[in-house]
Formats: sequence, C-alpha cells, structure tokens
Amino acid sequence: MPSNAAPPSLPPVADSKIQLRGCRVVRDGRVVLDIPELDVPKGHTTALIGPNGAGKSTLLRMLQLLIRPERGELLLDGVPMQRDPIATRRRMATAFQEPLLLSMSVRANVELGLRLRRLPRAQRRARARHWLDRFGVGHLADRHAHDVSGGEAQRVSLARAFALNPEVLLLDEPFAALDAPTRSDLIEDFASVLAESRPTTVLVTHDRDEARRLGDGIVVLIDGRLRQRGSPAEVFGAPADAEVAAFVGVENVWAASLERSSAGIATYRVAGQLVDVASASPPAAALVCVRPEAITLFPPAAAVPGSARNCLPARIDAINLVGPVLRIQLHLGHSEDTTAVATVTPASVEALGLRVGSAVSAVFKATAAHLIPR
Amino acid sequence: MDLLWDGIKEAFRLWIRGDAEIIEITLRTLAVSSLATAVSLLLGVPIGAALALKRFPGRRPLVALVNTGMGMPPVVVGLFVAIMLWRSGPFGGLGLIYTPWAIVIAQFVIAVPLVIGISLAAIQTIDPKLLDQMIALGANRLQLLWLIVREARLGLLAALMAGFGAVISEVGASIMVGGNIAGETRVLTTATVLETSRGRFEVAIALGVMLLVLAYLVNLVFTSAQQRRPA
Repeated sequence: MPSNAAPPSLPPVADSKIQLRGCRVVRDGRVVLDIPELDVPKGHTTALIGPNGAGKSTLLRMLQLLIRPERGELLLDGVPMQRDPIATRRRMATAFQEPLLLSMSVRANVELGLRLRRLPRAQRRARARHWLDRFGVGHLADRHAHDVSGGEAQRVSLARAFALNPEVLLLDEPFAALDAPTRSDLIEDFASVLAESRPTTVLVTHDRDEARRLGDGIVVLIDGRLRQRGSPAEVFGAPADAEVAAFVGVENVWAASLERSSAGIATYRVAGQLVDVASASPPAAALVCVRPEAITLFPPAAAVPGSARNCLPARIDAINLVGPVLRIQLHLGHSEDTTAVATVTPASVEALGLRVGSAVSAVFKATAAHLIPR
Repeated sequence: MDLLWDGIKEAFRLWIRGDAEIIEITLRTLAVSSLATAVSLLLGVPIGAALALKRFPGRRPLVALVNTGMGMPPVVVGLFVAIMLWRSGPFGGLGLIYTPWAIVIAQFVIAVPLVIGISLAAIQTIDPKLLDQMIALGANRLQLLWLIVREARLGLLAALMAGFGAVISEVGASIMVGGNIAGETRVLTTATVLETSRGRFEVAIALGVMLLVLAYLVNLVFTSAQQRRPA
C-alpha cells in the first residue's frame, strides 16, 4: 500500500542494501522494537542475535513487510519498501524455522515463488532442479511435500528460497527445529551455498555458534533495542555492555576499579587482586570481561607462561561436563562472592588432578580481558 | 408395499422410455441448482476467506449470522425472496418472479451461508505461518486467494457439496418463487410434490429416485476430486 505522504528517498548509502530509519513497532501499547538506525551491508550475512523475545523475529517480519512499523522507514537500495510491497517482496526470499511447504509436490513448492513471478515453465523446472540438487534433495522432487522428513523439508524450504535468486535472503531460525546431526550437516551445506551466491542475508538466530559460523557481521538485539553491532570478533570479544556480554557467552564479568595505567596496560583491582588489562584509555570504574575459554588453570605454584600477565589464586567450587568440555566454577582470591568460570578439556583436568576444593591459579592474558565502562 | 413396488416398476418404464418431461425437469434442476451453487461459491469463498483471515469490529456477530444462515429453512428464504421479487415488491420491475432465475436467486440465498460457513472453517485451519510464507513468496492478493483455496481445497469441496446438496433437495423456496409451472419452473422436488398430491405415485417415485441418482452422481464427481491425492 503506497503511502501518500511518502518522504523523499534517501540517496543509497554505498554498500548498504537495506536501511532502517527510526523504525518502531508497538504491540498492545508496548514498544517491542525501536531501531533508530540500522544498515544491512550488501552481499553480507548479518546475524541478528539476542535472547528469546528480544524482537528479532519482529524485525524480520517488518523487513518482509508482514507487519508495519508504527513509524519509521524501511529502504531497499534507498527506495522505501512500502511503496510497492509486492515488488519489494519479490526481490526477497524467506525461510522460517518450520519448512512451511504447501500441499503439493516438492518440485511444485520450489517452483511456486517463480510461478507467482510468472516465470516460464521450462525455466522454473530448471531452477527447481538445480537448487533441489544443490541442497541434496533432488531425488525427492516428485514426492508430496508432506511425505518428507523434517530435515529434508527444511532443505526444500531453503532450495525454494534460493531458487528465487533473491537480492535479499531473510532467515528466521532456519536450523533451530532440527536435531543436532541434521542441523550441523545442513548448516555446512548452507554455508557453502551462501559463500557462492552471496545474497544480502539477514539470519535471525538465538544460537551464538550459528551466528559466529555464518555471520559476516553480528547485530545484537535485546529488549527490542540494538545493543551492539560489529564483526563476530568484536561482538564476541568485546561486548558493549554486561547484558550483551552475558548473551554472547562472556561469563566472567567482574566489577573493578582502576589502580594505575601505563604504556597501554591498565591495572585494575578485582576482588582484592590486581588484574592487568590491555587498554589505551581505561575508565576509572569498569567491568572486566573475560571469556571462559580464555582462562587456563595451573597448579598454584607452577611457572606461568611469560605472555600471560594475570595469575589469580582461586579455588574450585564445581566441575560440570558441558558438551565436549568441562566447565569449572571458581571463586577468586579470598573473596567468597567474586566467582569465575573457566572451560578446560577433560584431559587437562585429569593431568592437573583438579577436583572440587582444589587451589589453582587462574591465568589469562592482558589482551584477553575487555573493559566495559561502569 | 405393492404401491412402492408398482411405483418403482413404473419409474423404470418411464426412464427406459426416456420420458421427455422427466428429462426436461431433470436438466432444468441440474442447471438451476448448479448455477445457484456456482454463484454461491464465487461469492461465498472470498467472503469466507475474509471472515477467516481478517480481524475487524463486528466480525463475531457476522460469523454468528452466517452460522444461523446455515440452518435457514428454505420456506423462509422463499418467502423473503418472493416478497423481494413480487410484482409490487422492491425488485418486481425485473419481472423475475415465477421464472427459473427466481429459483436460482432463492437457492443462492440458501447455499451462500453454507458455503461461507464451511469455507470459513476450512480456511481457519490453515496455519497462519503458512499464510505468511505465501505472502513472503511474493503472492499478490489474487494469487494469495488462489493459494488459500488450493490449500483448503478439501474443506472447500465439502462446502460445495453441502451447498449443492441443500439446494437440489429443497422444495419450499422453489415452489414459492418459481410457482412449479410446467415446462418453465418445474424442478424435480416440486414435480415430486405435485405428482404425490395427485396420487401418481409411480411418477413421483421416478422423480424422487432421479433426484437421488443425480445428487449421488454429482457428489461422486466432487468426492473423487476431494479424495484424490494431488501431485
């Protein structure tokens, strides 16, 4: 529905495929999404991450023009998307968490979007065959779409999206409903397809590993607001605030105060201990953040490798197996309430003879710590 | 029992002879009821879809109205349509009363709530996320309706069968607005009523069985369409 009062188009920003300007979505009187500004770079995969209920799917539905922002503007190549919603949607493709195949053959499903675009039959056939083969489900083409397994159906759904040769690919948790082996196989196949055809992709996921594996850039959404955007290294290594840190898996967030600073190394006091952090402009009061996998554990009196500047005495509170690694909960120094988490391999736990109650040194580099001003 | 048996024998004789009047009445019945059902589908399915998919104030009373209409006595419809089409009535100028068109209109009024109600129920069972997917695939309004009809086709064929079944079997409205005029507005049900009242049971039975056979054949066609697993 074209709006009469459409504001003039902004000039397209170089390399920005999609631009959001002042977009706000209100549901039941509550602001569920408030994005002052967001640019989605052309040809990149932007992973939109955040906890459940953060507004990720709402943002995606807004991009599909399935819901209308109360105010604000959505631009595709600098042109308002709402000016011609059908034409806009026909430049995009979508896959959801569920395959959402229609009651027709697998092939007909993959051809459907092309049929709606009035592509001649021969071309539809050829494209459907290509993409079904590309996703390893070419042999299912003649089956009824409701007679294939969940993993196969999701492959068909992705083939249907890619068959449209979309400028923009919108994905809402496309792997979340699959069992683990099916999921990792499909993610690898999907990554290789994505690397070849490189549409501008927005991938909504609550899975950090998926975001890191597939995203060229990461956007963190919490409570309907953009909290951080950057490369995976930036977001996962240097979260912007404590909530982002918690979501991206930075489990060690310690309140700290600056003691001294020289030559790019700031020394903070954490739970009575001194901690060195690489920082050119350290804030006086900060949160020191360290990823659990950046901490190694040593016996208390052991010689510590020279490159690691921090070596904090600690005691083990708990050891839990989480996936392939052991998650060790510690408390630092003599403080009972400053806790830390380190992930180590079962082999090193065994080599060090670690058990609950053991005294250890928690060791990490000054460059592995990241500061959030308080 | 003799009455029934003789009646059936006579009915067969009439069919085998190819009684011109019976054939004419049968064809008219088929034409009138098919047309009424077709128009009720054309209007009823989009209305059913709108009621199933859109949320607007007054939707609930409207749905209740449709559901009431599904059980409307044909005699009441006949009365209402007769008044509308009466020579001195609001649409009397059209001169439709006592024509087959009047029967088509009355039967349409009987069928349309059934078609709306059943298609509403059928379309409501479609997963709203599937509708989002259809829109996201780039369907325009008409294409979306086509996809919805396709997805809900089993339920919509049920609507078609219910609508056709209701109109081909009703008699009250057809008599009131058509007048059961021989060679003009006589249909199988009204003819059966007339022949029974005249005591010509064998003709009445021939007409009644013809009605059943007709309804069965039409439903057979629709049912095989409904139960076919589409490719």
